[in-house]
Order: sequence, then C-alpha cells, then structure tokens
Amino acid sequence: MDTLTADDIEALCLGATLLGTGGGGDPYIAKLVAHQALETHGPVQVVAAADLPPDALVLTTAVIGAPTVILEKIPAGTEYVSGVRALASYLGKEPAAIMPIEVGGCNTLLPIATAAEMGLPIVNADSMRRAFPQIEMTVFTLAGLPAGPLSVADEKGNQAVFETTTNHVAETLARTAVIQLGLANSISCYPLTAAQVAQHAIQGSLTYCTEVGRLLQAVKDGAEGAWERFLDESGSKKFFTGKVMDLDRRTTDGFARSTVILEDLDGLDATMRIEVQNENLIAFVDGEPVITTPNLICLLDCETFEPITTEALAYGNRVVVIGMPCAPEWHQDGMLDLVGPRAFGYDIDFVELPA
Amino acid sequence: MSRGNEFRIGIDVGGTNTDAVVIDSAGSVVRAVKVATTPEPIEGIRQSLDQLLPDVDKSLVAKAMLGTTHPTNAIIQRQGLDTVGVLRLAAPSSLGVRPGAAWPADIRDMVIGASAIIEGGNEYTGAEIAPLDTDAVRRFAAEATAAGCTAIAVSAAFSPATSDHELRAGDILGTELGSAFPVSLSHQVGSLGLLERENATILNAALLSVASSVVDGFGEALAAHDLAVDAYLTQNDGTLLTAAEAGRFPVLTLGSGPTNSMRGACALAGVNDAVVIDVGGTSADAGILVDGFPRESTAAVEVGGVRTNFRMPDLISIGLGGGTIVRDVRAGNGSDLVIGPDSVGYAVATEALCVGGSTLTLSDVSLASGRLDGFGDRALVAHLEAGLVGDSLAWVDDQVTIMSDRMKSSRDEITLLAVGGGAHLIAEQVPGTSQVLRPLHYSVANAYGAGIAEASGTVDRVYSYDRTSREECLDDAKELAANAAVRSGAHPDRIRITAITEVPMTYVPGGGCRVLVKAVGPLA
Repeated sequence: MDTLTADDIEALCLGATLLGTGGGGDPYIAKLVAHQALETHGPVQVVAAADLPPDALVLTTAVIGAPTVILEKIPAGTEYVSGVRALASYLGKEPAAIMPIEVGGCNTLLPIATAAEMGLPIVNADSMRRAFPQIEMTVFTLAGLPAGPLSVADEKGNQAVFETTTNHVAETLARTAVIQLGLANSISCYPLTAAQVAQHAIQGSLTYCTEVGRLLQAVKDGAEGAWERFLDESGSKKFFTGKVMDLDRRTTDGFARSTVILEDLDGLDATMRIEVQNENLIAFVDGEPVITTPNLICLLDCETFEPITTEALAYGNRVVVIGMPCAPEWHQDGMLDLVGPRAFGYDIDFVELPA
Repeated sequence: MSRGNEFRIGIDVGGTNTDAVVIDSAGSVVRAVKVATTPEPIEGIRQSLDQLLPDVDKSLVAKAMLGTTHPTNAIIQRQGLDTVGVLRLAAPSSLGVRPGAAWPADIRDMVIGASAIIEGGNEYTGAEIAPLDTDAVRRFAAEATAAGCTAIAVSAAFSPATSDHELRAGDILGTELGSAFPVSLSHQVGSLGLLERENATILNAALLSVASSVVDGFGEALAAHDLAVDAYLTQNDGTLLTAAEAGRFPVLTLGSGPTNSMRGACALAGVNDAVVIDVGGTSADAGILVDGFPRESTAAVEVGGVRTNFRMPDLISIGLGGGTIVRDVRAGNGSDLVIGPDSVGYAVATEALCVGGSTLTLSDVSLASGRLDGFGDRALVAHLEAGLVGDSLAWVDDQVTIMSDRMKSSRDEITLLAVGGGAHLIAEQVPGTSQVLRPLHYSVANAYGAGIAEASGTVDRVYSYDRTSREECLDDAKELAANAAVRSGAHPDRIRITAITEVPMTYVPGGGCRVLVKAVGPLA
C-alpha cells in the first residue's frame, strides 16, 4: 500500500466497521469526509514509520464527542487540521506525518482526510487496531508513552492544549473540554517521534483494515471460498450462529451498556451471551467465557455478512459471531490490567482464541 | 364528531392496481373496487371513483383519503422533478461533506441546481454555531434563481431542536423571491441527522410540482362527482396530511403504500398488534404493527439511491411469491431444490403448471399440497412427487418463520396476518406466532388502510435530564407531540401517545438524551 485514493475508501470503511467490534462510531460520515478530501486534495501517501527520519514528529488525530451530536454537526475538516497545528505549535515542531490512533470505527477514516488536507503522508500504524472507548486504552500506554501533551479543537478556531500527568487524566480533561466545545471535536494526542512509532505502535494497521475489508466484501459478494479465506487470513474463528432472543440496553456513567442473548441456530442447544460497553467485550457460551477483550467479538448478519453495530442490533436478527485476534502488539505486560475483562469490571480471566 | 352515519372514501394507487373503498362509521366496507393503474395515475383515480360511487349515497361521504406511489415513482424514474437550490446553515461546521455528496450522479445532476453552506445553525445546547449570515442568504436567492432553481431547500444544524435560523432564512428568501416561491425547511420534513434530513428536504422540494398535480387532480376527480369533502393524503407513518399539507410536504407520502396495506389488514382482522406478511406474485413483504401502527425502521432508508431518515415502516422483503419458480436440480439420489428468487410474476395465471403452463411455481406446489384452493387444476400437478412438494413447502415455512421472527420485538407469541394473492402459501401454524389470520377484503387492504388513517404529531429533540427530571422532559415531549397532532386535525380528547423512544447520548455526562414521541388521534 503506497497511496490511498478515493477508490480505496469503501474497503477501508467496511474493514473499519468490522474492527469497530460493535462500536467505534458509524464510519459513514467519516467515509464521506475522507472521500471529499481525497477528491479535493488528491491521494495520500502511506508510509511505514521506519521509513521516516527517526526524530520526525508524528501526530495523531481522532474525533471526540458524542456520536448523536456528530450526526448534526458534520465535520468541517478544519477542526482536525487546527488541532494538529495547535499541538505542533505548542511542541515547536512541524509534523512529518499523520497517524490514526484507532483503526476501527470512524476514527480510521478521519485522519486520512486530515493528511490529505495538510499534504502530509499517513503512517500505516495505530495504537489499538480495533475500537476502544477511552484514550488511554492503547499499546502506547503499555509502553509508558504519555498521551499528553494533547490538543482538542473545534471548527470555529477554539483550541486547547493540555499537559497531563497520566493518560487517565488526559481522558478526563479532554472529555470535560469537549462538552464545552460542542461535543463534535478533534483530539490530537500521543505526540511521538517516528522512532517511537516504529518501536511501539501496531504496524500495518491500515493495510490490515483494508485487507479484512476486501476479504469480507468478497464474502458479501458470494465469491467461492471467500468465507474460509476471510477466516483463515484474518486468523478468525466462527464461534456461534444465533438469533437475538433478548437485548437489554442501559446507559450508566456515560457508556452505552447492553447484554445480548443469542439462541443457537446450528441445531445445538446452546445460548451465547455478549456483554457490551460501546464495544462487544465478552462472549459466553452457556455461561463459559469463549471470547474476551482485547480479542475482537464481531457480529455479522447471517445473510448479508454486513457487520452489525450494537445500535442497529434488534430482536430476531440472525447473526454469525466471530472472534478475531487482537493485534499481536497487545500481548505484553500490563495488557490485561488496561484492556482485559477486569479493566471493564468483569471478574473473569482472559481467554485465548483457539489456534 | 359528526352525528349519524358518515362515509369515508379510501383510495390506494399501487404499481399494478388502483383500489378504492367506501367505509361507513362502523368501519364496514360499503363498497370496494379494483381498477388497473393507468400511465397517468389520476385517470385511474377517476375510473375508480366512477365505478365506486354509482350505488353510494354521496351525501353521506365526508372525507376522502388518497395513498399514492406518484412521488416514489417520480424519484425512482427521475421524472418530473424540480431543480432545487440547496442552502445549508451550519458553517463553519459540516464543510467536510458537500450537499448531495453521496447521491447517485444522475439524480444529483438533475435535481441540485445550486448549493451553498453558509454560517448559521445551532449546537446541541441550543447556542448558535454562528449567527445566521443573512447577506449570504440573499446572495444565494439570486444565485439559485440564476441557476434555474424553481425551489429552495434549507437545512440547519440541530434545527429539529432549534428552528429559528431556518425560519429566518425562509422569511428572507420569501422577501427576496416572493412568498409564492417554494421553500422547504428541514425541521418540517425530517428528524435528527443533518445529511439525511437535508436529503429529505431536497427531495421534498424536488417533488413540489408532482405533488401539486396529484393534489389538484385528486380535487378535480372528487369535484367531478360533486363531492365537496375534506381531502387528505396518507403519509408513511400511517397518518394523514391534508391535501394542502401534502402539496407542501410530498416527501412525507413516500412509502405510504405498505403502511396502508398493513394497517388496513390489521383493522380488517380486528387486531392491533400483529406481524403482517403480504405475499404477492414475486415477493413477500413482512412488517409489524404495534398498537395499530407499523414499527418504523431505525436504519437509514434509501429512496432512489438517496439516503434519508424518513419515518418508514420497518419492512423486509424476500423473493417468495405465488409465481416464484421452483427448480429441481437433482444430482444422484434425492431432490435438490432451487427456489426463486426469480418469478413468473403476474404471468402465474398463464405460466404455472396448474393452469396448463410449463413452469413449476410455488402456486403449483401449494395446490398439490392442498394449501391453495380455487386456482388451476389439481390434476395437472398430481404428478409432482410428495418429496418435492414437502421440501418446497418446508422451505416456504422456514422463510415465513424467519421473517416473522425478524419482525417480532420480543419472544412473546403474536398474531400473524397473511394477506395478498399468495397468502395461501402461509401455513395454518407458524412457529412463534399465536395464530394465523386471513382477513376478509384483504385484497383491498391498502385502500381500507388509507380510509382509516388518523392524524398525528411527532417531536424529536435532545433533552438534558440533568437540568430537568426525566419525567418532566418526557411530559414536555408528550405535550408537544399532542399539540402537533391537534394542529394536524386530531380530536383533542382522543389523543394517544403511540411511541416514546429515548436514545441516550454516550459520552455525555449529565443525561443528554434524544427523545422521539408520536401522538395520534382520530380526526375531529
């Protein structure tokens, strides 16, 4: 992958919906923004962090706010550019490249628009390779890299830069600021050198996202052997085919939590339960955990193979549940404390996906 | 309420047939007719009235309701659409996505004559994103008319909650272009979701000429029969628009056909909650009625390739109908069936085996099994193997069960209404349903559904449960919806709330919540 053009957006968007693992924000609007930016400013060069000068500055950008608000306050594009510029100006250094922080959901596509607009390359890497709900849930936190200094910006020209002592404080401060800034904002955090990105980021995320998107598109198109290829090449396993029998939605502490109950359709007398906090976190079969965070739990429509988000899920949906391995970069000290089941309040152990 | 017996006329213009019924105060069908839909649909409406009215006491007719596919067809066929100027009040936000960005090129080039994103619109808090740029509104009026636009669509960020900027822009356009120049404001057309609401508003403006010809034609057809009655069009949520409102908001009539059919079927069967499966020649459509109204889709609905957020009934369609072709592609032992998705369609009356044709269809299988009666000759399908018949019907039963399951909102058993010409395919017992009913007059269920439509009002806004309690916020929303229903003609004492949907806004501490409420009531 050397360049990204408007033609690459569809596969990337489908992959991003899948890696959103039920949440991550609807990539539809982000797709339109990226499309317009690539049409206006031309293709974006995709680079590996290792190919940049080691001390080059890499800045990230992402949307922060409320998905419901973003449906009304469509991105201008300028808030992402000005957030990146604000942080660069604070650091006293020009960025050499833009990087997505979360390849999964809508944050996959917005940095591409920003890179196009700024005429900068995009780094083929990120810090999650799936969606997670909080800024500190990154492999950078595991590496001890600070989220700050970070910037938030709106489309009007308001910007704030924070120095923060922990990545958790970074999350809290940024959230508080955007409530005052209209809840449809940009955040630029984890300013890093290319050498740090090369050492600590998840490499090849955009390629991976595009590739799983293409593999899934082939399944949707009904291509011969496409389903097996999709599972093989993404390292995924099918765990369950079921019908949604119950759906309990509630909102606590600003997170959309739900419990989904699936009844087996493969002729087994089995029930799957999925616990959700914005993203799908734990899947149980007959009470036993079979897939746990940070591995990905993805629900696909039985007939169309479209990834289904938690918001769109309804009683009677027939779904295939697959477990996808999280990026190998997650497997290091501290992973379970940061993004394992107990980090989300579930008193169960992490379960490896079967080989 | 009127005294004594009072008749209503319900008319539904579908793709194939135009149906019309006269309904009395008790809800009984006085007379029903079916005529072929004509290329110029108003002609079909005239013909249906000509056949409907001779034996009816016209002095008793008080109201006439029309459900029609005219506007839908105009969009799908890209015919008769107006050129629209698109004005968005949201800058500096939203500049990243131009109006019409995701439209198919053919309809975008045909409909969008000029567009601009100017300063204005509101935040989720109600504060201004920017003060409305009134000079830019005036400049756009000149640009749009110079570009040949015959209508303007105005959409502002968060206008369903705060409509002030759209109203002011509308006033300025009226001053600049004359009050007769058609202007559609998005808060009167759609709900939250700026891009989808803007799309709906553009389509609305593009349909204004089509709408006025329908409304005028309907009025003329009624006048030709000396019917000085209140005229209404049905909208896609199963409630009514006055003919004058329909002339201004034609986009709200899109998709009213399936809604009328489902509501009509339920009313004819005397139930309020049911899964309805309408089996035609080519496809089966399933929907669900909750408290007498179709459940609406939460997913974005595309019309002619344009994504909108209309209040559309939640429907699923599959290729299963009386004319669906059954192929036996056996290899070695046992049969291996391929059923559909193609169909002989309306040619089932000449093509099916049981009428002497040469194509094995689901109607043949149904006849051989005894489910279908009174169509074709059973002797012509006597040779079909029991295994083939059984396997085909097992497939049909599976599909019907899947459709009704997907429609149900809980595991509780619910009535299944089987309607349409292919309803015979649906078994007497369907798992997950309490009973299968086939109501009388179901062939004109859509016209009956139009005739029994009620008035409604909706509200869709964001509340903060932090500043005011949830109960007070919901009460406020219910009152606003009820007031809107009364403004639409509902009887103030007979209003009921039919839907309350709360969508919590994630990441917003302080209980921000989007609330949608619908109130309906019979006409006063």
